Amino acid sequence: MTYSMFDVVFYGAGAFSVVTTTLAITRTNPVYALLNFVMSILGIALVIFVLGAPFAASLEVIVYAGAVVVLFLFVVMMLNLAHLKTDFGVKRGRSVRLAVPGVLVISIIIEIGIAFSGRFGKETTYHIIGPSAVGRQLLVADIIPIELGSMLLLAALLGAFHLARLSPERGRQ
Amino acid sequence: MSVLFAFLHALALLLAVVTLAAFLTWVERRVLGFWQDRLGPNRVGWQGILQVAADMIKIFFKQDWIPGFADKPTFIAAPIIVLASVLLAFAVIPFGNGVDIVGALNVGLLFFLGMTSLSVYGVVLAGWSSRSKFSLLGGMRAAAQMISYEVFMGIAVIGVVMQAGSFNLEKIVAAQTHIWFIVPQFFGFLAFFIAGIAEAHRLPFDLPEGENELGAGFHTEYSSMKFGMFFVGEYAGIVLLSALSVALYFGGGHGPIFPPIIWFALKSSFFVIFLILLRAALPRPRYDQLMSYGWKLMFPLAIGNLAVTGGVMIALGQ
Repeated sequence: MTYSMFDVVFYGAGAFSVVTTTLAITRTNPVYALLNFVMSILGIALVIFVLGAPFAASLEVIVYAGAVVVLFLFVVMMLNLAHLKTDFGVKRGRSVRLAVPGVLVISIIIEIGIAFSGRFGKETTYHIIGPSAVGRQLLVADIIPIELGSMLLLAALLGAFHLARLSPERGRQ
Repeated sequence: MSVLFAFLHALALLLAVVTLAAFLTWVERRVLGFWQDRLGPNRVGWQGILQVAADMIKIFFKQDWIPGFADKPTFIAAPIIVLASVLLAFAVIPFGNGVDIVGALNVGLLFFLGMTSLSVYGVVLAGWSSRSKFSLLGGMRAAAQMISYEVFMGIAVIGVVMQAGSFNLEKIVAAQTHIWFIVPQFFGFLAFFIAGIAEAHRLPFDLPEGENELGAGFHTEYSSMKFGMFFVGEYAGIVLLSALSVALYFGGGHGPIFPPIIWFALKSSFFVIFLILLRAALPRPRYDQLMSYGWKLMFPLAIGNLAVTGGVMIALGQ
């Protein structure tokens, strides 16, 4: 079984994402958690890129890593970190609480095993889908769901604007 | 062998960019001096040309001090992120003559936007990890400013992408054989360039540093080469912005007689000097002015430019 350079990058970036995601979950300092999350996003972007979707990979970097997590970081930075440190560790005598998540994790692992069984070592074919193909799919074939999604975002935007607005008594606008 | 060659190629380009950026620190002070009727650094070497070497020797031998109250890992990572993200973006700049690395990447422009958006982390982390009020305020300003201006920077360049029909920067340059995009995309260029200045947090939009109220802003606590990396990163950002303006709006390497790379360098130097002139000429706005300017003027301008471009293209049946 031979590995191409694509395979090496794919598995390398995938493993990187798994490790950084685990670190993101287990960090108690929110800034470190977010930084690991960003690195995990970058790893996933690389995976998507190698799979032949450069446009989706770019959006992953620009939107998730470049905008969404920056906003999270912005908010976290404004809070007082001393109060934010939370102990996420498992307390003694409360391991019952782990039953449901444990069952979920085991079932996901089994599902992944079934989904991937017999796929390892097979020749993988990569074909690239360029930005224009994605654009045609989104803005011609899927125009209605896309527009509905944008309406939803607009509603969320208006809601946020309304919530953030100061009342007239408390100051201007 | 080809991998080794590609590696050396990339390394050579990076070294060239870093050297150029360091050299610009001298150019800027000298040109500013000229405009402000004073001398500027003119002692080391002919006309002060070796000032860069003197500065480098000094900055390398300064004490590299990390404040005891700082968050060490992120404090060290921040300048690396700033410099690396700017340098990585140079990979997609279509210099022509085989100098560029992946100028024909099919998402080249998006790669640039991604790298600029990642550079926010460097500035924000520098502000946060320093654990000092000035730095934190500078970092917060940087985060809000860069995210806001990034939005309409992306919208502004979409006009070019629509006309060229590609995110591939080489194709965008090739589409400008007959007419440079500055003509049909003038307002797009305005929005892009202003956003670019804000992204590179250059004067007049250098509020993250804001010397008169924040010390040195996000890099107040930095010394020696860590500060030097922020500094070189800023100047590399200027070169990047200039090079990208040329590629997107001023026909890249197109021009008579000289080979493309010469034209590219000439046009880019024009923008570099223009950016320095802006520093000499314009005062710094207040922070709320900066934000409302971005959201209430430049953002609608970019959207309007996009709508008009689309309308005209449909009307012309392109």
